[in-house]
Amino acid sequence: MRLNLKIWRQKSAKANGKMVDYTLNEVNPEMSFLEMMDVLNQQLVEWGDEPVAFDHDCREGICGMCSMFINGRAHGPMTGTTTCQLHMRHFKDGDTIVIEPWRAAAFPVIKDLMVDRSAFDRIIQAGGYVSVNTGSAPDANALPIPKENADMAFDAATCIGCGACVATCKNASAMLFVGAKISQLSLLPQGQPEREERAIRMVEQMDKEGFGNCTNTGACEVECPKGISIENIARMNREYLKAKIAQK
Amino acid sequence: MSGKTQSGLIKSSIGKKVFMGLTGLFLCLFLAGHLAGNLQLLLPAEVARDQFNAYAKFMTTNPAVKVLSYLTYFSILFHAVDGLYLAWQNKKARPQAYYKKDDAANAGWASRNMAILGTLLLVFIVIHMKSFWYEMHFGSVPMYASVEHGELKDLYTLTVSAFTQWWYVLIYVVSMAVVGFHLWHGFGSGFQSLGMNHPAYTPILNGFGKGFAVVVSVLFAILPIYIYLTSLN
Ligand code: HEM
Ligand code: SF4
Ligand code: FES
Repeated sequence: MRLNLKIWRQKSAKANGKMVDYTLNEVNPEMSFLEMMDVLNQQLVEWGDEPVAFDHDCREGICGMCSMFINGRAHGPMTGTTTCQLHMRHFKDGDTIVIEPWRAAAFPVIKDLMVDRSAFDRIIQAGGYVSVNTGSAPDANALPIPKENADMAFDAATCIGCGACVATCKNASAMLFVGAKISQLSLLPQGQPEREERAIRMVEQMDKEGFGNCTNTGACEVECPKGISIENIARMNREYLKAKIAQK
Repeated sequence: MSGKTQSGLIKSSIGKKVFMGLTGLFLCLFLAGHLAGNLQLLLPAEVARDQFNAYAKFMTTNPAVKVLSYLTYFSILFHAVDGLYLAWQNKKARPQAYYKKDDAANAGWASRNMAILGTLLLVFIVIHMKSFWYEMHFGSVPMYASVEHGELKDLYTLTVSAFTQWWYVLIYVVSMAVVGFHLWHGFGSGFQSLGMNHPAYTPILNGFGKGFAVVVSVLFAILPIYIYLTSLN
């Protein structure tokens, strides 16, 4: 199939970018979106142009590296899907596809479609861990965890840190990501000793990075490739509020 | 984990949201009370005049109501300032807009326009308070002697004559639509901000909030329309 692409091109963090039009003539519907980008880049290299820079790693929907705002939606038109798992069969011959980087003050563009998501790393560094060395995996049932909590913690832990929640949020808020990370540890015994401090630190770092404030539109949970629920945002609010009230 | 963490609750994003939720939900209670009082305007004119004016006197003089009204003034101011500050921060968080963004794909219209709806509400509240609250407290509302309740300020007649102007009715009806949209999202959102989200109760609460938004705004809007239509004959 034949596609018209409108892609954000920006040479460097400092340079001004613009949308550039490309046409690709022989796109196979079985290709993934990133394979389509590879074909485009191959063509650009053959023409002597600079290939389009974009993030990717696993191409299996598990690492969270791929991004791209496709036709106005984070990770494209399908729900529960990362860009690497999006396939060209969901587009039609002759379609125009608009491809942009995540847009947020806290996610500055590095080049073309690549953005710097290290703000997420700094939020994790602020408290998204357990300080004590937990050693190797404990015996099953040595540490009793209610099934519901294990399930909720697991659901929260499926967040791959891709940043689609920030990208789609009208406020560029990171609360779905931070909510998932705080929830995951607050629900498990290993997370208890640092539970309050973690909530305060991670929220403070999130605010420092310049993400917006949640207005509960719920857009993030629709676009999240892992289906993280905004219940996690409510839990973060509770955790933070309780921690602040109890703070000495 | 080490190092200091001691910034105030209100400085944080979540703290500001919690105050939005608290003040917003308190204002929902206020609206319900305000509406119940105003529905007296639907009574037959002879009964309504005395009853409404006596109610207005009670609402402006009773000490317990005074406390509640100060809490309401404070909530409106705090809610407006906090909300507009949050909206300004949110604008700053995305300095460069998308070339193409499909906003309707994943979020409702009301939820995406809370700040605009809120600003319109603020304008309405100023007009509304100038017309009735200011007149009642500081203006010169004529007094008359009622049979049952003694000397009363005639807020009823002031209100009824205000709504004989069609454009005034229009401002009110449009503003009530704004209230409806603000609460369509706001009611449920307030509980989410306070950290309340439960798979069983949240859908019920959100549904109730939408019902509340429709019922409150429609009943409020009926009043000026009713008064206008009655004034025609
Ligand atoms: C009677 C009047 C009002 C009522 C009952 C009301 C109610 C509410 C409620 C329940 C919320 C949800 C709170 C949350 O999401 O945590 C809300 C949000 C909001 N309100 Fe109001 N409101 C009123 C007037 C106003 C006014 C005058 C403004 C002024 C600008 C305003 C601006 C906002 C904004 C910006 C939000 C979104 C806040 C956010 O989610 O971050 N509201 N309102
Ligand atoms: S919450 Fe979902 S959208 Fe946000 S970073 Fe995690 S996986 Fe990506
Ligand atoms: S490249 Fe790893 S999730 Fe898409």
